Amino acid sequence: MNSIARPSKRRSALGRRSLLDRLNRCSHWIMLAPFLICFTLFILLPVLAAIGLSFTRFDSVQAPSFVGLQNYIDIFSSDRRFVQNVIPNTIIYAVVVGPGGYALSFVLAWILAQLSRGPRTVLAVILYSPSMMGAATTLVWSTIFSGDKMGYLNSILLSMGIIREPVAWLTSTETLLPVMLVVALWSSMGVGFLAMLSGILNVNAELYEAGRIDGVRNRLQEVYYITIPSVRPQMLFGAVMALVNTFNSPGMGVTLSGSNPTPGYAGQLIVNHMDDYGFLRYEMGYAAALSVILLIIVWLSSRVAYKLFGDKD
Amino acid sequence: MTKIKRVHPRFLRQGRLKFYILLLPIVAFMLLPILYIFFHAFKPMDELFAFPPKFITRHPTMENFRRLFSSANSTNYPLSIYLFNSILTSLITVAATVLMCAASGFALSKKQFRGKRLILEVNQAALMFVSVAVAIPRFLIIKSVGLMDNYLSHILPLLAMPVGLFLVKQFIDQVPSALIDAAQIDGCTDFGILFRIILPVIKPALATVAILAFQQSWNSVEASQKFIDTEQMKTFAYYISVVASPSGNTVAGQGIGAAGVLFLFVPCLILFIFLQSKVMSAVAHSGIK
Repeated sequence: MNSIARPSKRRSALGRRSLLDRLNRCSHWIMLAPFLICFTLFILLPVLAAIGLSFTRFDSVQAPSFVGLQNYIDIFSSDRRFVQNVIPNTIIYAVVVGPGGYALSFVLAWILAQLSRGPRTVLAVILYSPSMMGAATTLVWSTIFSGDKMGYLNSILLSMGIIREPVAWLTSTETLLPVMLVVALWSSMGVGFLAMLSGILNVNAELYEAGRIDGVRNRLQEVYYITIPSVRPQMLFGAVMALVNTFNSPGMGVTLSGSNPTPGYAGQLIVNHMDDYGFLRYEMGYAAALSVILLIIVWLSSRVAYKLFGDKD
Repeated sequence: MTKIKRVHPRFLRQGRLKFYILLLPIVAFMLLPILYIFFHAFKPMDELFAFPPKFITRHPTMENFRRLFSSANSTNYPLSIYLFNSILTSLITVAATVLMCAASGFALSKKQFRGKRLILEVNQAALMFVSVAVAIPRFLIIKSVGLMDNYLSHILPLLAMPVGLFLVKQFIDQVPSALIDAAQIDGCTDFGILFRIILPVIKPALATVAILAFQQSWNSVEASQKFIDTEQMKTFAYYISVVASPSGNTVAGQGIGAAGVLFLFVPCLILFIFLQSKVMSAVAHSGIK
């Protein structure tokens, strides 16, 4: 008892000490404050603002006027571009790049885990590199897919006699979306890929021995019965990262083709449609409704990921 | 990741060759575009114009870099201004993000207080935050807090990084609480514990946050495009994207563009190569339960 009582007595005797003490007692809020402020201002508030604005008509000059669900009704009933181009494009893009890129990164992570350390590290750096390109990604690929005969892909195909005329990869309505898929898959081996690789490497080797005794016969069974259950948490993280990557990068149809809207709306995704309405036509309310739809799509997809890989309890 | 782990018992370890054969086409697909840009950046004019184009540079030259640096392109300011802006904003962003993630990660991992669960859950939901989706409200918020055409608009929107906080928090969960109790008994304040005990032992997680924050900030063009009007305050990534935009795609521009891409890419690559073993050990704790 005595030893507990003494320090507080001494602290109250010294003013500075008690101030420190008081500071220390709410230290967690002080430590959290900078993050929480930035988080609220640039993540939480924008999301709430998007939801709020989506029920209004707002041209960024006059004050927003409440219109109820009109924006959503317009989007689904009278926005021909949205229903005919943007939604199908977004679905194709999301399915190929999301689950497709995710499956690819799991398979690659698994193969890399089978190699010895040296080659594994080198190959992991190579596979991760494209995701570091950021803003430069489209520059790299626009050089390769350049539409005249000087474009690298065109010149290879021309000289091999596969095509006779150079293909305008980036401005043709038929090729823009496939090109976007290629580019997106190229840059999809990000942190999620590293997390899964790390998870697979850390699977307890004894589990494999035990599995062998219990009758695991081949690699496929091994992956299914041992690897996947063991790295499930990392796989969930990887899935969430794949999701973010999928929906965060699709601005590139516009950068690749150099115009918004993209030629014939061929590469138009929700994000581009949103920019088109928000920053070019200043219909902020309408654009906000589009972003709410996008957020809902992301949220629903993440529910699927949690269902698949989350703890079953 | 300190020592080679024996992932599989020996009987399954033979025949790695087939894995290499499987990997080859994918590695080629990932690597060749980067190599192509690398060679492109060093090509002299006649090789850039050559038909059919050559993959490998015959007579390497620094011509493209020289033209990238000589100011007389599409803007009237020397490249060094953009480079300076990028370096400064990236450094501040990285330092601030790392500190913020460490401090809040510590509080959320080791302190008990009301509201903690809520914050953790909100942050976990924010892992899937897609920043492009709210570009417009973000723009309006930046405008209403008076950050338009302000240097800080490069930095502030990037600071709150849910993935960073998540990784750091998960990593601190592994630090034994006995370490912190011992320090408390010795009279260490929470801030002392943060700086003297937590920071040194969570270096791998901090390295990972640093590299992610750097990639984001170094490659960022959003602020330069939307929030900032003054040309001298824009970033290097923005400059490159303007100089070598696909819409003005000329062969000469491609050479300059490739040189610019290298400038953007190489710092990220070097940083990652140096920190990759730390990154790997940090993301090992990334699992979401």
